[in-house]
Amino acid sequence: MSWLMWIMLTPLLTMALVWLLERWPNLREAASLAGGLSLFMLCLWGWRHELHLSNETLILAEPLPGLTLSLALEPLGLMFALMASSLWLVTTCYAIGYMRAHHEKQQTRFYSCFALAIASLMGLILAADLLTLFLFYELLTLSTYPLVTHSGDEQAKASGRRYLGLLMGTSISLLLPAILLVWYLSGSVSFVAGGLLADRLSPFWTGMLYLMFLLGIGKAALMPLHAWLPAAMVAPTPVSALLHAVAVVKAGVFSILKISLFIFGPVQLQQALVQEWLIWFPALTILLASFVAISKDNLKERLAYSTISQLSYIVLGVMLANQLGMLGASLHILMHGFAKISLFFAAGAILVTTHKTRVSELAGMGRRMPFTFVVFTLGSLSIIGLPLFGGMWSKWYLALGSIEARHWLLLAILMVSSLLNIYYLLIIPVQAFFSQSSQRSTVREAPWPCLLGMAAPSAICLLLFWMPEPFIRLIQSGLNLAFANTGG
Amino acid sequence: MIENHMTIMLVVLPMLAAPLIALLPSKNLSWGLAILTATLQLYLAVNVLLDVQGGTAIHYELGGWAPPWGISYRLDSLNGLMALLVCLINFVCLLYAKASIEAEIPGRKLGLFYATWQLVVTGLLGIVLTGDIFNLFVFLEISSLSTYALIGMGRQRQALMAAFQYLLSGTLGASFFLIGVGLCYAATGTLNMQDLASQIGQSDQPMTLYSGFAFLFTGLLLKAAIYPLHAWLPNVYQFSPQAVSALLSATSTKVALYVVVRCLLDVFGVEFSLSRLFADLLLLAGSLAILFGSLRAIQQTDLKRLLAYSSIAQLGYSVVGLGLLTVTGLSGALVHLFNHGITKAALFMGAGMLALGPGTTLLTRLAGGTHRPWLLLLFLTGGLSLIGFPGTVGFISKWMLALAAIEQGHWWLLVVILLGSLLAILYVWKFIETLYFVPQNPPETSTGPVPGRGMWLACGLLCLAIVYFGLDTRFTLGVAMDAARQLLGVHP
Repeated sequence: MSWLMWIMLTPLLTMALVWLLERWPNLREAASLAGGLSLFMLCLWGWRHELHLSNETLILAEPLPGLTLSLALEPLGLMFALMASSLWLVTTCYAIGYMRAHHEKQQTRFYSCFALAIASLMGLILAADLLTLFLFYELLTLSTYPLVTHSGDEQAKASGRRYLGLLMGTSISLLLPAILLVWYLSGSVSFVAGGLLADRLSPFWTGMLYLMFLLGIGKAALMPLHAWLPAAMVAPTPVSALLHAVAVVKAGVFSILKISLFIFGPVQLQQALVQEWLIWFPALTILLASFVAISKDNLKERLAYSTISQLSYIVLGVMLANQLGMLGASLHILMHGFAKISLFFAAGAILVTTHKTRVSELAGMGRRMPFTFVVFTLGSLSIIGLPLFGGMWSKWYLALGSIEARHWLLLAILMVSSLLNIYYLLIIPVQAFFSQSSQRSTVREAPWPCLLGMAAPSAICLLLFWMPEPFIRLIQSGLNLAFANTGG
Repeated sequence: MIENHMTIMLVVLPMLAAPLIALLPSKNLSWGLAILTATLQLYLAVNVLLDVQGGTAIHYELGGWAPPWGISYRLDSLNGLMALLVCLINFVCLLYAKASIEAEIPGRKLGLFYATWQLVVTGLLGIVLTGDIFNLFVFLEISSLSTYALIGMGRQRQALMAAFQYLLSGTLGASFFLIGVGLCYAATGTLNMQDLASQIGQSDQPMTLYSGFAFLFTGLLLKAAIYPLHAWLPNVYQFSPQAVSALLSATSTKVALYVVVRCLLDVFGVEFSLSRLFADLLLLAGSLAILFGSLRAIQQTDLKRLLAYSSIAQLGYSVVGLGLLTVTGLSGALVHLFNHGITKAALFMGAGMLALGPGTTLLTRLAGGTHRPWLLLLFLTGGLSLIGFPGTVGFISKWMLALAAIEQGHWWLLVVILLGSLLAILYVWKFIETLYFVPQNPPETSTGPVPGRGMWLACGLLCLAIVYFGLDTRFTLGVAMDAARQLLGVHP
């Protein structure tokens, strides 16, 4: 059986195991961990054997003549898969501590839906055409719905409605017709290096179709379609961490990346309409979401708005449509993933031990939970993009990309946004460490699986500053593929 | 010898089985004979459909009398697909019916119930297979009359009212149809459909033909519950016995719509019947049906009634596909008849299982999908198919219809189709959410009968079919494309 099949089957088998082992919680969690570990190993194995250069395509089904469900691996997908699988492992470790300490109910459903969501994500990453992408995009929405509404109370139900309504609504009303139009225009929906639609559309209609994709992929949380993301924060923290800082939202921007590269093609995107006008969607989202984040007192909500802002960095880089911008965008998927998950883990650790959700309540907590707040600081610094942290590289290339495109205003926006990041993120650990707390309490650090889960991503943030080359090379090989056929 | 008579056996088998079933002494024997007949029919239907694949047609002359004097049966891709749908649904519903019906209907009536059921199937298959328009009317009446009886057996008292309402509408529809047939006969002097088709261009009484056409279609649209002639449908689907709702939702309106397609495109022909005005009217009626049905479905508080309004909306999709008059649109419409048939049958069966305990399908009384995850999965599969989720049959038909709308440049129609899907998310999520979450004060869990093995088997089969035919459409869409090409006279 091919490697692609195993990548899809591993999380599905994990889900089945979790379900079967319902009665033995320790074994059930062990199965989850084993699933995460094997998926990560598989991805590493694929990287080592350079499967991303092999051009193998696996056709799952062919609903209509020419319209296939097919899987293939390309370098950008491999990068995303590596990140997602490693973080699945880390998050499972964290979740074991969190869910037990929080006495959550329905943990079997939780772990099995988690595995199903990862399976959908892997399908989305490996999708070799738009239909497959669409199918797994929707499956990802569905499989995360039980996770978002985990608590089952009225607030969770309302949030679940908003989550499903916005994500499914936009995808059916805009993404699906966009795919239909691509099919109508070209008789195919496959991802093609250099762009399936290259030279088939006038600049105006390119822009319109691109807008349909941009707004149809609600998971990328571009304003004004971002409201589902703060709503989804009612989920347990491990879910918020993996799915709403990494898997779901990154699946959205990754879809935009793939569609830009392989459906439109970079050359076609450099046309006026996309570059001059549509690029303001992400640019404004970066700024506005930062301002909203400043005003939020709820810690998870503040992080959610920070995510919205950071996602738009990626979309912005993609829309610059030059090699440097795309490189920055792809790297940012990786860097932001590790940094943001550290922040969410820290927020969850605070919640699980102190039951505090507000930023204003955290003053002076740093001395009681030093480890947690150190992790938070490291994550914040990486997001801000300071040297010594991996986050620097992605901002570096994004800035270079906007210079190459002669978009000075965008460069300014990127810099201003970094300043805002300092203001709304770094202020939290600063207050926690340096101001006095009025209340006395005997709070300790979170359970050790949580701490273990938190340590890993923040260590990786540091590591990525010193050795980003393997990933840069991986992304470059993917971009070369996409740019080669266009001569651009 | 038998091979030659396969077509007619499809109709004759249930007709012969009906009185036998009524006479059999035990309910198990009655059911056994019914399911045996259904199995044979399914086998026959698959066989004849394989025979006509690729565009050939089977002609069968009843009693050896040559048409246009004798009654002839003609089987091509179009009615082959419909016959398969009817036989498949009949088989699955009977499988389901045993446990479901025994919980609803007193034992002594069961023999009569299965006998009437066979008559409904006889009528439906007769309508589908006959090549004679008066014979079609006869079968229409056979199926309608026995349907009224089946509906009236519902557990709630409103079932009688629903049956009566349907009787009025149905009789009205059938009378209109008969008047139409009479006028056509007056103008052309023939009742054989193919003969009629060749005479229509040469008739010297166009006004008679036009009035005949108008009567015929008003009658048929009433039977098919096409908006705005849908008023009888919600009550019928809501109050019928569970298995009957499933059977009717998947077959009766579909068969009536089949007659519309057959008469419009085959008998009267595109030039005569589908002037742009009439085609546009169909598009309009279909679009209104999609929007109206979906909006009403969202408001419902009873699961079966919600599904009934959703049926009105889904029928609208097929009408829209018919009005587009292209191969893509028409094949989308035809495959949607099949696809929606299996989807809606699965959903009504699921509703029937939920109703076993509490005896009602009010959404507020339904809960505990979480205790039966398989049931939730059934509703999810069916619901996603209604929305048009990729990987289910609903996606295929909506993809074809939307593509056809784009090809014709009808952008507003694309909007309507997508809007229908969006509204479908709302009403589907309405019941999924009810089933998924544990309510604050759970309704008293009555110790009613639990779903039998046959019920699970039937639902499982349909769910598999929903996914399978959503991924592999060579068979369903292939047949629908053949039929569409034949009807529109396009050669591949």
